[in-house]
Amino acid sequence: MSHMSTTSTSRAATTTPTPASARVAGGVGGYIDDRTGAAKAVRFGLSKVFPDHWSFMLGEIAMYSLIILLLTGTFLTFWFVPSAGHTVYDGSYVPLKGIEMSEAYRSTLDISFDIRGGLLIRQIHHWSALLFVASISVHMFRVFFTGAFRKPREINWVIGSTLALLALVEGFAGYSLPDDLLSGTGLSFARGMILSIPIVGSYVSSFVFGGDFPGEALIPRLYVVHVLLIPALLVGLFTAHIMLVFLQKHTQYPGPGRTNSNVVGYPFLPVYTAKAGGFFFIVFGVTTLLATVAQINPIWAYGPYDPSPVTAGSQPDWYMGWLEGAVRLLPGWLEFSVFGWTFSFNIAIGGLILPGIVTMLMYAYPFLEAWVTGDKREHHLLDRPRNAPTRTGLGVMAITFYCLCWAGGGNDIIATHFHMSINDITNILRIAVIAVPPIAFFVTKRICMGLQRRDRELVLHGIESGRIVRMANGEYVEVHEPLDEFRRWELVQHDAHRPLPEPDATDEAGVRRPGLRAARMRAKLSHFWFEDRIEPVTPEELAAAHAHGDHDELAGQTGQPAISTSDTSSALQDTDTTSGASTRH
Amino acid sequence: MTQNSPEGTGDVAMTAPTQPAISDSTDAGSPVDPGELATIPGTTVMVSRFENPGLAPHVHRLADTDPRAAKRAERQVAAMFTLSIIGTIVFCVSYFAVGKTDTVWLPGIGTTLLQNLLLGAGLGFGLFFIGIGAVHWAKTLMPDEEIVEERHTLRSSDEVRDDAVDVMKTGAAGAGLGRRPLIKLTLGGALGLFGLPFIVALRDLGPLPGDRLSHTMWTKGARLVTDPELAPIKAADVTVGSVFHVMPEGIDKVEDVLEQRAKAAVLLMRLSPADILNDKEREWGYEGIVAYSKICTHVGCPVGLYEQQTHHLLCPCHQSTFDVTEDCKVIFGPAHRPLPQLPITVDTDGYLIATSDFHEAVGPSFPERG
Repeated sequence: MSHMSTTSTSRAATTTPTPASARVAGGVGGYIDDRTGAAKAVRFGLSKVFPDHWSFMLGEIAMYSLIILLLTGTFLTFWFVPSAGHTVYDGSYVPLKGIEMSEAYRSTLDISFDIRGGLLIRQIHHWSALLFVASISVHMFRVFFTGAFRKPREINWVIGSTLALLALVEGFAGYSLPDDLLSGTGLSFARGMILSIPIVGSYVSSFVFGGDFPGEALIPRLYVVHVLLIPALLVGLFTAHIMLVFLQKHTQYPGPGRTNSNVVGYPFLPVYTAKAGGFFFIVFGVTTLLATVAQINPIWAYGPYDPSPVTAGSQPDWYMGWLEGAVRLLPGWLEFSVFGWTFSFNIAIGGLILPGIVTMLMYAYPFLEAWVTGDKREHHLLDRPRNAPTRTGLGVMAITFYCLCWAGGGNDIIATHFHMSINDITNILRIAVIAVPPIAFFVTKRICMGLQRRDRELVLHGIESGRIVRMANGEYVEVHEPLDEFRRWELVQHDAHRPLPEPDATDEAGVRRPGLRAARMRAKLSHFWFEDRIEPVTPEELAAAHAHGDHDELAGQTGQPAISTSDTSSALQDTDTTSGASTRH
Repeated sequence: MTQNSPEGTGDVAMTAPTQPAISDSTDAGSPVDPGELATIPGTTVMVSRFENPGLAPHVHRLADTDPRAAKRAERQVAAMFTLSIIGTIVFCVSYFAVGKTDTVWLPGIGTTLLQNLLLGAGLGFGLFFIGIGAVHWAKTLMPDEEIVEERHTLRSSDEVRDDAVDVMKTGAAGAGLGRRPLIKLTLGGALGLFGLPFIVALRDLGPLPGDRLSHTMWTKGARLVTDPELAPIKAADVTVGSVFHVMPEGIDKVEDVLEQRAKAAVLLMRLSPADILNDKEREWGYEGIVAYSKICTHVGCPVGLYEQQTHHLLCPCHQSTFDVTEDCKVIFGPAHRPLPQLPITVDTDGYLIATSDFHEAVGPSFPERG
């Protein structure tokens, strides 16, 4: 870093020949630095090196969406009236003239039809809300599948998960505010979930809604939650999130020259200022163009909220779809009465328990995996997902479950679109949400291992050149070109974790060791994680492969890569060998 | 798993570090000859690994070597920034110059508001081209040689850690909490309780639920009126196979209209009496005319869809399906309880009236509904 700053300052010195402007900048900068010491932060921040990869932009999209949401949201608050008070519409949208409605709905119509640019801002706000949650999700996928959550970034995973949950709640609160028929239907759904809370449901509902549903209390309350409470939390936690990225430095993908103890990339100034700053404008621009041509949430078409009508095909925004689906798929017999109390687990499981479990698993995963691997090292080099088959399989399993629930949330759309029986779709999905995720796990894990075998194959035998050579004995062989050392390094740099050994039941003195059950559990999980694995090619294997010439290796199908079943005795030594990784370089 | 060798090739090398590392891999079908392998240096090492080759040689871009390419890139960047300026001007001009209600027809989009389109296009391209220009600038003209920065562990040194512990210990000792259990105890209590007022004060968020969830506006003698016309319904006008959305008479007079509508909404259907399989249902109806709560017993959506032929009611939100011939019991979907029936009859003028409120709570289940 010190090397960096010296080069950049010397460059600055040589490329600013206009002393007048330099003096002004130096004067202002000096003035501020005298009083704040900001130069240290400038040096720290602007000389920072960031690694380059397209998948690192996913989190950036989330960050920029948040900024767009704050900007457009502020504009919307200038005209939105967060009140359920009754009024009669007299705006420029003719079909609704003279209709009774709430102030919230009327002001949303005004924003859409009578405030110039209001419709655009509203649609940018809604589109970027969808994009916000979507980019958070794929950003989480990237972090999960590459193992970026490992030490020292577990805390940031927890912060990020919290941000994701807050984004869901914020989005729901937002699209419930206009008080149109669709948002009211969503709120009645939320109220049904609240009522299903065992024992106290009706009390909570009465407190939240200020009495009977829908009431007039909720919209102003929801407004404060939406524009003050959650945004404050989002901005605060996001700041912590990004500060930790600066402090811990960004992870990087493995590759030549990249080690666990360096960062290879481009400096914040000028390259990332231009690239990341430019990307903000690209995200904002694309969202704006989307909001220009693609209508979203046309509240004027739904009409004001009234609890007695509903439109078929009512759907929540996409990120709530999985909970909607869970509630659609759960069978009615999960509701029962005991001692005069009704327990509606047909709703509570989908609306309360399932998101609770998913949240807990999400928070717990980094700690669970660290416990299972027994790995206490810092990890700044990312995993290629194929090199962590069990983790990748678990991730795909979770995503599959999520997607099936999500499909359940659109079972009526599927039914009408594909002319299928809604009952069949529901029944199939009921089985599928339980049966398909494990299959997805298994298939994914096998695909990962297949890809690892292919990597070995490439390293050992090179790339098929398409050149056929006839040998002296008449045999035809295809010439394989070996990989160069840079490409090869990407395929051989990783560690293959090995399972932890079965713990001894007793210590040397023959006394039953404490915590045996946990240790056994851990060994069992470790076997589940790492029993099947494929070791990266070693130099010896490559030398052996080369010594034999390519034509021997053509029978590669029978050649076994060094895959391994669990071998507890050997794995015992292994924890030492894997932890030797950092000393290798 | 079927391809696993019985002993495990990788681990064999681990258990017997003195042997050639992959000599046993012949068991797994490797064509490597163990005798030959023994001569390869390094095979006695447990994990010999490839060395990181270091950064790959840098490949220069066209603009780095060809001044004309660099000039071209510069012009491209400038062109994009110019497009952005034009976009912003389009926004500002159309804000004032274009009428709010003017429309335009666009292929693929249809009729759309012209001003909204121009504002969006102006703002969108104004932003987009700043971004594209900046990224293009960075990619073509800014330094693209990768820089290596060393990482440092965030962990504080042991001295610093010890110091921190010392500071805390000194502070704790200074406060003397350990020596003064009375303060410790009361402080704990005070800190534990101080948040309580903020929870207690939430009490007035709303009234206690009372039994309001169990009652609706329906009373003995209340006329059934159509919704939204609010016209009373003559039994003779309800033909077999028809369905009416019904509210209690006077629904437009109450103050809490939406709250009452949320509970009192009713669906009125007429079946041929022979199709009704349930005695209670027939008794509470009038000559095959039956009235059921429209609010789903699942999470409270209005059960809006009536299938005339099968006499099924379907909730469009979560597809709970109720059989009207069997007292609206659930035949599919996530709901558990049948829709509550409203007992009805006719008054002296032949209009349909309720004989009482619903006999049970309508809408979604709640804990104390029983």
